[in-house]
Amino acid sequence: MQPREPETAGRPPAGPEARRAPAPGPSLERQLAAAERSKKWRAFLLTAPLLLFLLLTFLGPIGALLSRSVVDTEFAAALPNVAREIRRWDGHALPDEATFAALIADVRAARAADTLAPAATRLNYDVSGFRSLLFTTGRRLPDQLQGSARDTLTEIDPKWAEVETWGAIARASGPVTSLFVLAALDLKRTAGGEFIGAPAEEKIFVQVLVRTFAIATAVTILCLALGYPLAYVLASLPTRTANALLVLVLLPFWTSLLVRTSAWIVLLQHEGVINEALLQTGLIESALELLYRRAAVYAAMTHVLLPFMVLPLYAGMRSIPPAHVRAALSLGATPLTAFWRVYAPQTLPAVGAGVLMVFIQALGYYITPALVGGPDDQMLSYFIAFYASKTINWGMAAALSVALLAATVALYWVYDRLVGIDRIRMA
Amino acid sequence: MNFIKKWSGHAAVVVALAVAAGGALAQGRPLSVVSWGGAYQDAQKEVYFKPFMEKTGIKMVDESWDGGIGVLRAKMQGGANNWDVVQVESEELLLGCEEGLFEKLDWAKLGGKDKFLKNAVNDCGVGSIVYNFVLGYDGDKIKAAPKGWTDFWDVKKYPGKRALRKGPKTNLEIALLADGVPAADVYKLLATPAGVDRAFNKLSQLKPNLIWWEKGSQPPQMLASGEAAMVSAYNGRIAAANKTDKKNFKMVWAGSLYTIDSWVIMKNSPNKAAAEQFLAFSSDPQNQKNLPPRIPYGVTNVASTALVDKAVMPDLPTNPVNLNASLYINDKFWLENLDKLNQRFNAWLAK
Repeated sequence: MQPREPETAGRPPAGPEARRAPAPGPSLERQLAAAERSKKWRAFLLTAPLLLFLLLTFLGPIGALLSRSVVDTEFAAALPNVAREIRRWDGHALPDEATFAALIADVRAARAADTLAPAATRLNYDVSGFRSLLFTTGRRLPDQLQGSARDTLTEIDPKWAEVETWGAIARASGPVTSLFVLAALDLKRTAGGEFIGAPAEEKIFVQVLVRTFAIATAVTILCLALGYPLAYVLASLPTRTANALLVLVLLPFWTSLLVRTSAWIVLLQHEGVINEALLQTGLIESALELLYRRAAVYAAMTHVLLPFMVLPLYAGMRSIPPAHVRAALSLGATPLTAFWRVYAPQTLPAVGAGVLMVFIQALGYYITPALVGGPDDQMLSYFIAFYASKTINWGMAAALSVALLAATVALYWVYDRLVGIDRIRMA
Repeated sequence: MNFIKKWSGHAAVVVALAVAAGGALAQGRPLSVVSWGGAYQDAQKEVYFKPFMEKTGIKMVDESWDGGIGVLRAKMQGGANNWDVVQVESEELLLGCEEGLFEKLDWAKLGGKDKFLKNAVNDCGVGSIVYNFVLGYDGDKIKAAPKGWTDFWDVKKYPGKRALRKGPKTNLEIALLADGVPAADVYKLLATPAGVDRAFNKLSQLKPNLIWWEKGSQPPQMLASGEAAMVSAYNGRIAAANKTDKKNFKMVWAGSLYTIDSWVIMKNSPNKAAAEQFLAFSSDPQNQKNLPPRIPYGVTNVASTALVDKAVMPDLPTNPVNLNASLYINDKFWLENLDKLNQRFNAWLAK
């Protein structure tokens, strides 16, 4: 960010002449302004490495990744002519002869240059079987065209006479596409430009997004329910005792997330600690299915995220003078009223901070539900990882990230409207 | 100024040396062979790599990798490919051959295509090992041996959870086999929407009893912990559990699915002649027969299996009895349909 220029910015800098004849008022002002300016510059220079670091390692890569949800150049890079020709197409009847001819020329050139594969992969994301259609077509193209390009292609494979085949090419012609973002919302656009829902058996992402928010909400509520009394007790203890007990909160906080999640697996699994103990005491006949359930996800995530609730609450509660509640009590309030009317309202900013911190972290959770949850407990991040690392479909991975980011920002905005971000205090 | 000149002089010498060394290295680089590492590569070292070096005097280095067509693409596009012979999975073989990443093989030098299993022959690759997805169970816990995938679905007769690999590949085939579809018709049926529906419906029947594995090491653990009564598993993992952990796990070969890993030669390899020699060496039945006793994978030269130590025959994927009872995983089908079927499988799983 540019430091705000002082009013004197437009004037020439105070040169030696100005110093020789010091006029009392403006000179001091100018000197002050100059001092301010240099201070601001120094501050800016001091933070510049951090800004640069964030730009290079955070904003840049994230921007580049998110842009892949709409940027779509793989097809046009391999088959440039047909990508250009198809833009003239209205999407209703089959494209004209020039487009067919461009496809033949492009496929030939791409085969010779070994660049057909990325284009084929891209088209196969959209329509199953497009990969072999393109490669078979490439293999079977005659050296010399006999008759029209259209007849040649249709003879090789009747799929070339289908409008939706060309619709897929139009959707892939770049430089931007809505395919991935729409797919992340279980939608698709036809060649004619209509929006249709994905087939019922392939719909998944809207449901997963709703589930992601539901799990994050539940975990936040659990953290608040557990964290508030804990922070209250800690805040009412003498500092020395509180600090000692706080270590018990911090120790798990410092432990690796993976270790804590694995500990839950050890506890909950079929022949785990809990099942063994219950079987030993005779409380149950056969082992309970505790792992790979929603409850396990709630338990593990709440455990992992609890410190993020307790720490801001504790800091907030520490700063509330005990005299307030004492005053309320001495004025005749019952303990409950004193707590509810005097104490609790003062903890609200800290509650806001804790809730926001836990909720937004919970939204992005991946490894914990992946390890302790069942197939219907997976959150959106699981699918982002699935596309990013398993099928290497960056478009889908980026589009799902955009969906998650957009939903989070929207929620943040609502929160700001209702509660007010400036009321939040980390203390 | 003087020291700059001096140092730039040094730098020039160093650079010149480095370039010369690099050039020399590229010319006289030893044959590099890349495989999957671990116990498997240790076995390969004994059976193929060391005897090959002794016999031919060709210098050879071996490396390991984790697969992925992207790695091979990057090697070729980067222009600094230092791999000559690579072991690839069938999907990478198809993709890489299509994309021109591999040299086309001269089958005459390998003894002719008819010497090998049908599915081990490809323009760009020669099969190296055969391995199966089998039905596995604990012989100590289940006494009445299940006969195939139909029994896998029978939760009354065989109570307990079933573990399958997370993903549509292999499971849709298994579902159709369990539904009584003859092995020869499985992919014909899966190519139709009705066939895919039928497979998913069959999986839905078993869904309340299903758990999922993602790594090949998991199914034996699930059997051992009692988490699953029956699993789909790689035959090698089951055999390894029996051998090292003294388990009594059993495999059902009827209706098992098999796939083949292949050797390929990277395009424009400077060691092509030596690479071809190595491929011929590792395809020779006299050498192949030594692999199965060390690690329970099948070998691809038809003549090899007859020479293999009889003790390992029952658990060998290329034992004709086992091979004829199993179905080859059709990678062409999966290459075409995996994107959509992944999506459908994920949606089905999340319901």
